Amino acid sequence: MKIVVAIKQVPERDAPVRIAASGKWIDEADLQWAMNEPDAYALEEALLLKEQAGGEVIVVSAGLERVGSTIREALAKGADRAIHIVCDDLNGRDALGVARLLAAAIQPENPDLVLTGLQSEDVGLGQTGVILAELLGLPHATMILHVEKTDAGLNVKRELEEGWFQSIELPTLAVLTMQSGGNKLRYATLMGIKRAKTKELRTVSAAELDADGAPTVVLEQIAAPKKQKSTQILPGSAKEAAVALVEKLKTEARVL
Amino acid sequence: MSVLLVLEQSDGKIKRASWEALAAALRLGPAESITAAVIGAQTAALAAEAAAKPVGKVVRVEHPLLAQYTADGFCAALQQLIQNESPTQVVFPHTYQVRDYAPALACRMGQVLIGDVVGIDDGPLFTRQLMQGRLNGSYRHSGNGPCFVSVQAGAFRTDGIDASATAGPAPITTFTPTIDAAQIRCKPGEPFRGSEQTVDLGSAQRIVSVGRGIKEAQNLPMAQELATALGAELAASRPICDNGWLPMERQVGSSGQTVAPRLYLAVGISGAIQHLVGMKGSQCIVAINKDPDAPIFEVADYGIVGDLFEVVPALTEAVKAAKQ
Repeated sequence: MKIVVAIKQVPERDAPVRIAASGKWIDEADLQWAMNEPDAYALEEALLLKEQAGGEVIVVSAGLERVGSTIREALAKGADRAIHIVCDDLNGRDALGVARLLAAAIQPENPDLVLTGLQSEDVGLGQTGVILAELLGLPHATMILHVEKTDAGLNVKRELEEGWFQSIELPTLAVLTMQSGGNKLRYATLMGIKRAKTKELRTVSAAELDADGAPTVVLEQIAAPKKQKSTQILPGSAKEAAVALVEKLKTEARVL
Repeated sequence: MSVLLVLEQSDGKIKRASWEALAAALRLGPAESITAAVIGAQTAALAAEAAAKPVGKVVRVEHPLLAQYTADGFCAALQQLIQNESPTQVVFPHTYQVRDYAPALACRMGQVLIGDVVGIDDGPLFTRQLMQGRLNGSYRHSGNGPCFVSVQAGAFRTDGIDASATAGPAPITTFTPTIDAAQIRCKPGEPFRGSEQTVDLGSAQRIVSVGRGIKEAQNLPMAQELATALGAELAASRPICDNGWLPMERQVGSSGQTVAPRLYLAVGISGAIQHLVGMKGSQCIVAINKDPDAPIFEVADYGIVGDLFEVVPALTEAVKAAKQ
């Protein structure tokens, strides 16, 4: 099976975020970057499917030059080759604009299956995979925890709300957006990291893909959220704060 | 100016999240301008339920192939309805189902969904959260065609809705889309529960909930001791259950349980949106986190900024001492 996995590089979890002077995006100086976690699960599922049924795993990612480090990580974990769509305006694109780039890069590969994470941890749109399916003319299923190859196609386990699940049957040629937690993520081995350096990493510019269109949704401004409640922060050492908190919970909140 | 409101149902009743979407729609236009759509194979009861709310009219989008949700069926039906109604805005509750089909529907019509909206200001400008809830972004729809919006659960209050009620029930019409069975490419199965339920977090009075900050499974007994001292149930955010450190049934958030105890004590939980929707209705929320900017403090009544490995044992001692 030829599986394409679309991955995104995002700021590392818990990285301090500051608003850039433009007021339209975060200040990227000094940020550490990582593979978007749901995308890491999509990659894991692709690698497992390849181990079972053979084939090839191709990673696709869009963004600045720095995205190369996340692509190398995917190659080190076991992806066979990669396509880096070099573009400097990823944050200015709406979800359709991003999906157009990915679709244009994926289409010529004629994959048997396309996987990606259900949403990104930075902008959290949760739409790219679904739109990608629409652009590629493929069926899709979202929030998938497990993928099983059957004789007829795929049987996938989809997460529903409040602890419910559902099985869905669909043709193999489909786009699936993966939820985190379905598998255990592997680490890159030293051998994997070594081999990644020799694997094919093709770059293609957004201009070459000729997949632009005017955005229909524009991010005007970002700001720190207004507090919904006034939080009483209890100061002092751990012990002092703990004693003060218990007192508050007893006499003020009356929940003890 | 007109708004198409797409209502979602569960077990033959309109979901609460759908009424929150109505509250959002009422920010965009008066009740008379809102058309509420109910979708399914048999929608009479749903339509009657919707007609009693402050909407201009109700459309029953009915077809045998809509008996069970599929993205292909819903996209086909709603695309035809939208072409028929030509609304300025299309509003949905931001449910798992909407997340599954609305981006494709919008794309089919050359649009992009503004998803998971938590606020609407004049313009209209739509606010949605970025960076796991650490920042807010204001989004604007530009260009021609309808603006697609889905609203986050709990973000819009439903208590004002009935005050905007129109005189008498809204008129109901039926719209029969053309759908061919061959258009539906996926075959969904019946929903099932992940595992046997052995704990009912929904009825717990107190909950101690742990997140990524706990670092390792072997640190869980420390949180359990605090829970025991408080007479609380132990719960967790998603990553803890993903790692298998606690069973899925103890997961709080959009993919787990929704809880509203008297006391919710969040230990090492940063407060991603998916977690907050499951617990922000709690009466008293306490957060212990080393990061003073963690979004959990947005919803907390009390907070301790510090190392949970020092604070939690100290708190356990303080709770025990207070009982004596």
